[in-house]
Amino acid sequence: MAMYHLKTPLSDSEIRLLKVNDVLYISGLVVTARDQAHKRLLEHVKTGKPPPMDMSGLAIYHCGPVVKRENEKWLVVAAGPTTSTRMEPFTADLIRGLGVKLIIGKGGMGVKTTEAMSQYGAVYASFTGGAAVLAASLIKSVKGVEWLDLGVPEALWVFEVERFGPLIVAIDSHGRNLYMEVANKVEAERSQIYRKLGL
Amino acid sequence: MHVNLVEETACNLLKQAAVHLPEDVKKALIRAYNSEESEVGKSQLEAILKNIELAEENQAPICQDTGTITFYIKAGSDFKMLRHVEEALVTAVRRATRHVPLRPNAINPINGRNSGDNTGRFSPQTIWEVVAGDFLELTVMLKGGGSENASALSTLLPSDGIKELKKFVVETVVRAGAQPCPPVILGIAFGGNVDLTMKLAKKALLRPLGKANPDPEVARLEAELMDAVNSTGIGPMGLGGRITTLGVHVDYAYRHPATFPAAVAFSCWALRRASARINNDGSVEYLTHRDDELYGHVSSENTFIR
Ligand code: SF4
Repeated sequence: MAMYHLKTPLSDSEIRLLKVNDVLYISGLVVTARDQAHKRLLEHVKTGKPPPMDMSGLAIYHCGPVVKRENEKWLVVAAGPTTSTRMEPFTADLIRGLGVKLIIGKGGMGVKTTEAMSQYGAVYASFTGGAAVLAASLIKSVKGVEWLDLGVPEALWVFEVERFGPLIVAIDSHGRNLYMEVANKVEAERSQIYRKLGL
Repeated sequence: MHVNLVEETACNLLKQAAVHLPEDVKKALIRAYNSEESEVGKSQLEAILKNIELAEENQAPICQDTGTITFYIKAGSDFKMLRHVEEALVTAVRRATRHVPLRPNAINPINGRNSGDNTGRFSPQTIWEVVAGDFLELTVMLKGGGSENASALSTLLPSDGIKELKKFVVETVVRAGAQPCPPVILGIAFGGNVDLTMKLAKKALLRPLGKANPDPEVARLEAELMDAVNSTGIGPMGLGGRITTLGVHVDYAYRHPATFPAAVAFSCWALRRASARINNDGSVEYLTHRDDELYGHVSSENTFIR
């Protein structure tokens, strides 16, 4: 369980350093995207149309924030992670097509994403589910917002973050997936648990 | 007693629930932090505790998903304002949605439209219980989508009821994994009809953590299931660790000879509930939160963060 503090844009060699269970803090630019934004980003990748911003080396955060507008400025009120599994059908293509290096979310992702992360050098890191105010407190400013037509939670928010974390590296670029490892361990415990329950 | 008292009190409860976790939940999370052995698990609990503190400091909702709203109402038969309660609660929800703020989470399932203010058909949900007395006891629960999606209901084989139940609980928790933001609180019920069983399971989440079922046999089952769930190794946020649940609350009802329904209701670590009692003389007692957690009325402007 090593600890890293990295800044965006993230390089391939930095990403390859990270291993499952490492703790990561990130500074720089993080772009939020949920279901609708993923759909649209994928269209861009497929048609070769450039997305509204260069996302290579940046982080995608599975998050629909609660924001407030005050004197022409956006303030982030709450910005915890949303369940990442829903983004599984899109993520491998986004890593390949956009050069995204870090995916932040909760709950983990599947085989396709894990493979893409090995192949193109990216990691998935978990931010504590429900820790929405902590997340908001680490967002220093809103650098921009795109695709507001999708609604506030679904838009692409560009956040400048400082020491955003703790992020737990849960899928690394070496083929390890912590959620699958935990699931395997749970499976191994199951018969013991049943025995103790008299089943 | 003024009609608005019910609305005012409900508004305050909504804010208390969204911003402050009840003492018993906070204490359970601190205990969990102290006893978690996995480093990763501990880091998650630390982030949770930090988040709780920041939410209180900023007067912001603990989690951005402020959930769906259920009011449990214990209505004294002699309470003067009974006929105004339903309406007052709807108004309270509208106001709290604007002023806390709560995320608008009420969507028409037919056309997908969001009402924008957390109200709609059966929203908020009100669950009534009439008792003798001249008071109204209101409990609000805010429940997020992540934990709700993990709930399960099953009709088990009656011949092997309790054994089947234990298996069902473990299976449900394992299937849920990281999804309901563990450490979770589990409400479990069995017997009864399918609707009653789920209702009892959910209601069991209202019982303060650390308080076992008064029936020793049920209390034993609670302890056994808690141990089983905390042996799975799912851990905080499903990243591996000891603490998968903060508490298992079990309830039951008598059943039909041919049926054995069982229900598992999940709450994420952010178990948001708040209660108050309104008396006919106009006095209000807040039961789950301290007075200094009221921070004035939600109706006044500028009560919100920053
Ligand atoms: S499960 Fe609970 S803590 Fe997690 S995101 Fe949903 S409401 Fe928030």
